[in-house]
Amino acid sequence: MTPTDKAGAAPGTLRDGRRLRIRTGDGRGVPLPLLLPALAGLAFLLVPLAGLLVRTPWHSLPGLLAGAQVWQALQLSLICATAATAVSLVVGVPLAWLLARVEFPGRGLVRALVTLPLVLPPVVGGVALLMALGRNGIVGQWLDSWFGITLPFTTAGVVVAEAFVALPFLVISVEGTLRAADPRYEEAAATLGASRFTAFRRVTLPLIAPGIAAGAVLAWARALGEFGATITFAGNFPGRTQTMPLAVYLALQSDPEAAIALSLVLLAVSIAVLAALRDRWVAAG
Amino acid sequence: MTGNHGAAAEEARAGFRADGLDARLVVERGTRPGGGAAFRLDVTLTVAPGEVVALLGPNGAGKTTALRALAGLMPLTEGHLRLDGVALERTPPESRPVGVVFQDYLLFPHLTALDNVAFGPRCQGASKAAARAQAAAWLDRLGLAAHADAKPRKLSGGQAQRVALARALATHPRLLLLDEPLAALDARTRLEVRAQLRRHLADFEAVAVLVTHDPLDAMVLADRLVVVEEGRIVQEGSPSDIARHPRTDYIAQLVGLNLYRGKADGHTVRLDTGPLLTTTEALTGPVYVAFPPNAVTLHRDRPTGSSARNLWRCEVGGLETHGDQIRAVLTGELPLVADLTTVAAAELDLYPGAEVWAAVKATQTHAYPV
Amino acid sequence: MTRTVRRNHRNHRTLHAAGAGVAALLALSACSSSGGSAAAEPDSPASAGGSDPGKVTGDVTVFAAASLKESFEKLGREFERQHPGTKVTFSFGGSDSLAASITGGAPADVFASASPRTMKIVTDAGDASGTPATFVRNRLQIATLPGNPDKIGSLKDLTDPNLKVVLCDKTVPCGAAAQKALDASKLELTPVSYEEDVKSALTKVVLKEADAAVVYRTDVKAAGEKVEGVEFPEAAGAVNDYPVTVLEDASNPVAAKAFIELVQSPEGQRVLTEAGFLQP
Repeated sequence: MTPTDKAGAAPGTLRDGRRLRIRTGDGRGVPLPLLLPALAGLAFLLVPLAGLLVRTPWHSLPGLLAGAQVWQALQLSLICATAATAVSLVVGVPLAWLLARVEFPGRGLVRALVTLPLVLPPVVGGVALLMALGRNGIVGQWLDSWFGITLPFTTAGVVVAEAFVALPFLVISVEGTLRAADPRYEEAAATLGASRFTAFRRVTLPLIAPGIAAGAVLAWARALGEFGATITFAGNFPGRTQTMPLAVYLALQSDPEAAIALSLVLLAVSIAVLAALRDRWVAAG
Repeated sequence: MTGNHGAAAEEARAGFRADGLDARLVVERGTRPGGGAAFRLDVTLTVAPGEVVALLGPNGAGKTTALRALAGLMPLTEGHLRLDGVALERTPPESRPVGVVFQDYLLFPHLTALDNVAFGPRCQGASKAAARAQAAAWLDRLGLAAHADAKPRKLSGGQAQRVALARALATHPRLLLLDEPLAALDARTRLEVRAQLRRHLADFEAVAVLVTHDPLDAMVLADRLVVVEEGRIVQEGSPSDIARHPRTDYIAQLVGLNLYRGKADGHTVRLDTGPLLTTTEALTGPVYVAFPPNAVTLHRDRPTGSSARNLWRCEVGGLETHGDQIRAVLTGELPLVADLTTVAAAELDLYPGAEVWAAVKATQTHAYPV
Repeated sequence: MTRTVRRNHRNHRTLHAAGAGVAALLALSACSSSGGSAAAEPDSPASAGGSDPGKVTGDVTVFAAASLKESFEKLGREFERQHPGTKVTFSFGGSDSLAASITGGAPADVFASASPRTMKIVTDAGDASGTPATFVRNRLQIATLPGNPDKIGSLKDLTDPNLKVVLCDKTVPCGAAAQKALDASKLELTPVSYEEDVKSALTKVVLKEADAAVVYRTDVKAAGEKVEGVEFPEAAGAVNDYPVTVLEDASNPVAAKAFIELVQSPEGQRVLTEAGFLQP
């Protein structure tokens, strides 16, 4: 059981025969109406993962993972998710700042629109991206004829699709942090001669760095698992647009064992990255 | 110090100066959905270079609004703002030669004390090295050289206050604004920091405006007090003038005086609330009459043969300790506040609801025209 | 009668699931794959033999390959007209996912697959009742942009590096068939994408993101004016058989059998041929 207190060893130990006492940090008991749903929620999240682990064909795992395509897909996934996170940061942090700090008519509407990709089925998002940025899309046709850029079926297209679904997570997270941050620091900076941009760069940005980091992690995780928008907008070609989720999905069609093996790799890598990042930030904060 | 500035202040009030501060600040705020009432601030301020003016007033009087308007953090609804002859109404805060010491200092938590102070010079275009050199000099001047590398959360309240002052001064402002500069400090630190701040303000050659609700801070730090109540100036003058001649209940309470308004006819003043009061000054027309709480003597029975001509029948409304004395709040013919020793209070057997006679000698009162 | 049997069958499963307790999800899947056939066996003959064999009634659930959608919906309406009191419920999808659902215990009476391979998954799991029968065949076609602006006339034309061609992924039937045709003609074709199913391959051409796709005739036909179909001779060597079967676990095997009979009847074949299918 995870909830133990830091103060002593007494709570969490078995006493009175078989009763496990669970206590909060201040030594008070955890009320059952909170504990039971919490444990149910935890089980709900963990049991499917356990199922994955139990059904993993461990003996044939090395053979399944030996294929170059697995590592190619993993590498592509990591690169694209990171690039999509970078894109989200570059446009998302200023967007969050705009939503949090600047009053303009229709701000509520803009905020709702920003969160739209959250509720949009990703496949629809992919189709929408094709309509906008595809070879015949309303913007894409100009990209094509002026710069010779076509995004569908390219790695850049994967990044675009992932950024599209990941950006709202970052914007919402950063906006929340900005709203919680004291805007008077920006005023203090202004009285010291800092332009709004300088104040943002030298004061606000460092202050909300933890929030940005948290938003970036969310966005990265979302991008890493992205499937629908990616396969719809960027297609599926090994080494170019076939990310791990696509590889897993297609493997599932023909070889469920391989799909499980691939999922395991994706899980392991994301857990490793998230844990490493979290430790670093917790230590820094 | 006061003598030096007195003449300048006189000149400033006459409005002939091109340097210093000359402002009429009007800020209107409609009723807000959050429940904030409509508010209008309308104050006129002229301050000479080298002069320290304190905006004194109760909470919600509009002092901080005035300060924010001066800093450019809040737009003026109307009015003007000239500093050394330059109109600043439309200048954004970052372009105003204004330095601000905020109430809770707002030191940037992610920067060291040195980098906090260097922030202003950096923004004004100094190189990183030059800005840090300047910052180091300021910290040194304020006795903070040893704390240059400390992050704000490692600084004591008094140190943080001085870093905030150094940060504001490092931009060489022509107008220094201090918002409740001592409010965040505990009583002991406050005494020490108040004395230091007074010295630094005395050295400051440009205009300084501070906002406070503490009369002692205002009187110690400022050359001139501007008392603001409900968005408008109710009284202005030197600390001693204001302390002696309060014109509102708020100021009277601040400086610890009983204050009444009435109509004088020679040595007798008919107070607006009814009773008569004898004074030493012979005046005619509307006047204020003030006397300190310790000028009041209390008696359980009507005193006989007392020389005091001012005698009222009152009831004890409440008792509180005030320093080493007891302060009695009296209601009745004339509401007033009286201070007496603990022994006297015990001898008189005072309790809320007790009936007493309050007497004040005419020589202890002070009357002055409205 | 069928209704009662059905309910019993359901209850049986529910009890299994409930008995497993906390890990409901796991228990359910375990129960349905192992216990499903055993539970159904005593029920199914009873319902088939006990009722009037000529009387077709009740609900019938058909799992069918996505490419059969239009024709099967038409046939479903026809079935309900011929047998008043029946109701046909369809679940269309990729043959692989449908097969996975069936072996996972999804309740269905009929499975119509787009490839013998996916049907084999079901028969290997012992979930099919009897031997599946091929009821139609489908053949590949090249879908090009309307008016065929790139003048594509053969499979070889698709190897032009300036063309953006999409294929189905090799793991899905249309991709496997296309690969077979390419291999037979010893052609090397690098597509821009291996799509996850035939509809998304076609969509790329409909949206003009790709210049051509290798899909089924039926898909080209269903897309109407939005794409143009080009026949190619190599397709003859890679024809897809569509098998259909009653499922072991069927709750209404009588109606299931009747539906398959309709699909195989001249009328059913006419509807399917109209949609672009070939007769077996």
